[in-house]
Amino acid sequence: MMGRTIFIDPGRCIGCQACVSACRECDSHRGKSMIHLDYPDEGHSVASLPTVCMHCEDPVAPCAEVCPADAILVTADGVVQQADTTRCIGCANCVNACPFGVPKIDLQAKLQMKCNLCYDRTAYGLAPMCATVCPTGALFYGTLEELQAERPGVQVADSFTFGDVVVSTGVAMVVPADKVQWPVPGGLPIVEVNGKDVAR
Amino acid sequence: MSSRSLPLDPSIAPPGTRNFRDAGGIPADQWHADQNGETLVPTHCCFCGVQCGMYLRVNRAGKVFGVEPRDHDINRMRLCPKGINAYQQVNHPDRLTAPLMRRSRDEPFREASWEEALDFTVAEIRRIQGAHGNDAFGLLGGASLFSEKTYLVGKFGRVALKTRHVDYNGRLCMVSAAGANKLAFGIDRAGNPFSDILLTDCLLIAGSNVGECFPVMTQYLWGARDRGATLIVVDPRETAVARTADIHVALKPGTDAAFFNAVLNVVISEGLTDEQFLAEHTTGWDEVRSTVASYTPERAADICGIPASQVVQVARTFAGARRAMAWHARGIEHHSQGVENCLTVINLCAATGNLGKPGAGYGTITGQGNGQGGREHGQKADLLPGGRSITDPEHRRQICEIWGIEESELPSAGTSMMEMVWQMQRQEIRGLIGICNNPFVSLPNYATVKAGYDCLEFHAQFDFFLSETAANAHVVFPVTTWAEDEGVMANAEARVVKHNKAQEPPGGVRTDTWVMCQLAQRLGVGDKFVFPGSREVFEELRIASAGTVNDYYGITYERLEESGGISWPCPSTDHPGTPRLFEDGQTFHPDRKVHMQVVEWHPPMDPYDEEHPMSLTTGRTVAHFLSGNQTRRLGALVEQTPRPWVEIHPSHGFRNGAPVRVVTRRGSGVFPALVTEAIRPDTVFIPYHWPVPTAANALTIDALDPRSKIPEYKVCACRIEAAERIDEVPAPPTGPGRQAYPAAQVSRTDPLPPTSPQGRGTAERS
Repeated sequence: MMGRTIFIDPGRCIGCQACVSACRECDSHRGKSMIHLDYPDEGHSVASLPTVCMHCEDPVAPCAEVCPADAILVTADGVVQQADTTRCIGCANCVNACPFGVPKIDLQAKLQMKCNLCYDRTAYGLAPMCATVCPTGALFYGTLEELQAERPGVQVADSFTFGDVVVSTGVAMVVPADKVQWPVPGGLPIVEVNGKDVAR
Repeated sequence: MSSRSLPLDPSIAPPGTRNFRDAGGIPADQWHADQNGETLVPTHCCFCGVQCGMYLRVNRAGKVFGVEPRDHDINRMRLCPKGINAYQQVNHPDRLTAPLMRRSRDEPFREASWEEALDFTVAEIRRIQGAHGNDAFGLLGGASLFSEKTYLVGKFGRVALKTRHVDYNGRLCMVSAAGANKLAFGIDRAGNPFSDILLTDCLLIAGSNVGECFPVMTQYLWGARDRGATLIVVDPRETAVARTADIHVALKPGTDAAFFNAVLNVVISEGLTDEQFLAEHTTGWDEVRSTVASYTPERAADICGIPASQVVQVARTFAGARRAMAWHARGIEHHSQGVENCLTVINLCAATGNLGKPGAGYGTITGQGNGQGGREHGQKADLLPGGRSITDPEHRRQICEIWGIEESELPSAGTSMMEMVWQMQRQEIRGLIGICNNPFVSLPNYATVKAGYDCLEFHAQFDFFLSETAANAHVVFPVTTWAEDEGVMANAEARVVKHNKAQEPPGGVRTDTWVMCQLAQRLGVGDKFVFPGSREVFEELRIASAGTVNDYYGITYERLEESGGISWPCPSTDHPGTPRLFEDGQTFHPDRKVHMQVVEWHPPMDPYDEEHPMSLTTGRTVAHFLSGNQTRRLGALVEQTPRPWVEIHPSHGFRNGAPVRVVTRRGSGVFPALVTEAIRPDTVFIPYHWPVPTAANALTIDALDPRSKIPEYKVCACRIEAAERIDEVPAPPTGPGRQAYPAAQVSRTDPLPPTSPQGRGTAERS
């Protein structure tokens, strides 16, 4: 479990993609961005939100759990690292397992890549590059107390439901104060994990 | 709510993390230390008027190779995608590294020596001025230049070229706001710093797509909302900021003055005016009150195409707030009554007593990095350094004394940038030097602009990439980027910040200062242009501004480096600067009052008819800067927004991505449709950063505001029709022997329709 984490606040996102550019510039991902910018209501609204790795805690990192090559390390502080280049076989199991659609596969390199919470920066006491530059604070790095000091009354959630499956995460999401649900709906229900129908 | 508390366990934070905030969020000391031998040079972004602080990462070989966020007051480490990618242009393969020359436009460019290019330029200046008079040669500067260089442009034009035709591309930016501020307050700048936004109870944003044009400013908007402020956005489009506004007034383009007059009408009728402020601190109130009486909410609803109830709602919200602020940008300024639009907003602020207080006031958001500073020191046709008027005998005398010339030698006021193009067509201007501007993309009515420039007998451009305009010139001087020289810029708050040199320029590249001084020397006035670098120019600028409203005298490079920025006026070296104006209601007019101005709305200059029933409005995307000469070469930004599009309401029946021809009285272009509910049904929008045939400015009208001479970019009459295929985006021109940046080229020729690059809502999923 991390002391500080990323908080995602879709209500503040302006869709500028500074996070995408920043991720491309950080030293561990130089040249490739590990952030998606999603448009949740594309038909009718200009709403957008960044998706970073949620660093799942319970169940611990489905991407790591399903990795046949044991290439994805989860550190003691809860950071789910990107695949170890010496182990990854590029099978994309992790891509299929991730309920948030985060890991990416470089098919040519046969290598998985994903957000590692800028471990190279947090180790030096810096915030991850995306949360550092985010012009609006749609990505915030710090503690909940620090977030609430800046944004009085803000409410967050760190558990998401996919059908009957609840996934608790190390990264948290700001939710509208008047529409708090627990856990937060996380998207389409997961019906099958490792051949087992989990929806029943 | 979560059954667990967040954050989780701070005792097992990654090493160093817990100290991050404790150390003030400034990583400089740790990070500045040896990271593979790199150093971090503190500077600012080269792009918009927010002027975010950043570090440029410099490797052991002395080359800029990256960017690192910097905890500066203005941006607190935040950066937008342009800022993050800006460093990539410093050592970009498209950089010009030798002067380019040709004797006629029929020849291809060849690389020439500096001596040859400078001598040829001076010979042409002498030939044209000898045959047709000094005013036959013009000079157009740029608001991306450091203030030292803009000062030098003004001096070079008047003292070396001895021409009255000096102007700059800030003419296309915020001169309407400048004109309105000068009329109402006697000073030309925003009244409040950005930080005041955090203290307001009601924030009105008029004609500004803050999320895309000034993304880092959004943190102040959201900060205000965190503290309970109400947000009002006036914009024909539902932008990212408008989406979350408490009130979004989607008025028809070109009707802002009618709307704000009507809001003031309601403020008066509901008794929400601040009578004490009006009595003590304003003139002209009675005339304004009687004029707005005819602008009822119903009349505004009819003109603006909005519900009358919104007018009442805005009036009650703005005037009812304890502290209210209004910020605006090009959306209300790019009009044939741009100055008047701004004046109606000022009237609203003054009538409600919202001026000169923390959280209450008025500001204009500058588009270009030095849009504010660029006009303060004599680069504008009618201004001398320190904001002095070129027609005021006393001001002329003062500047002639500083420059060491006779008053009779100082030319009179010239014409504006667009008017100069018309003069080129009439052969009144036959030669031109352009410095870091790209009118072929940025001026309206491209056909007229091209025709004007083609009439020039001689045309030289300064730039570090071969812009579309430079590609049409006779001589191109390769000059430095912002990272290869030092100098100051004034941001949208009028805060002067210092940019530092991060690397030596590539071989063959010179500073704009050096080139102007060399030309001046060859023109026989070298003794008045002895400037080894920016520092010496700044020292003269300080003296030239002393005692004026735009007083820089107390600002020094050393103070700027210590403080991170000082707002002018700053008359002495122990003066703290002036972030907030009009405290106690005192303005800069001799009577210290706000001069309220009467405004009558008039329709846009391009009339609607059966052939052209709709409005075309133009603007920016977050990934590109102005004419795109810089950003259209940076792979990540090109990938983010590879091409322009036309935003169309679903009621017109186009499918997303379908080719749509937009026709105005100036021309037509075919763009992919971005079908969206985020725009009015009677309006279409095209971003303007690309050249023909994908240029929005091939369609826009070259009508000007009579006072500010700003073009009416934000509204013209058009029609839309189905087309066969989408116009292909041309690659930016490159110098002889150079390959265009290959990664960017792939995206640039991509014919696919837009995929909501900036989160614009689309009516059907693609």
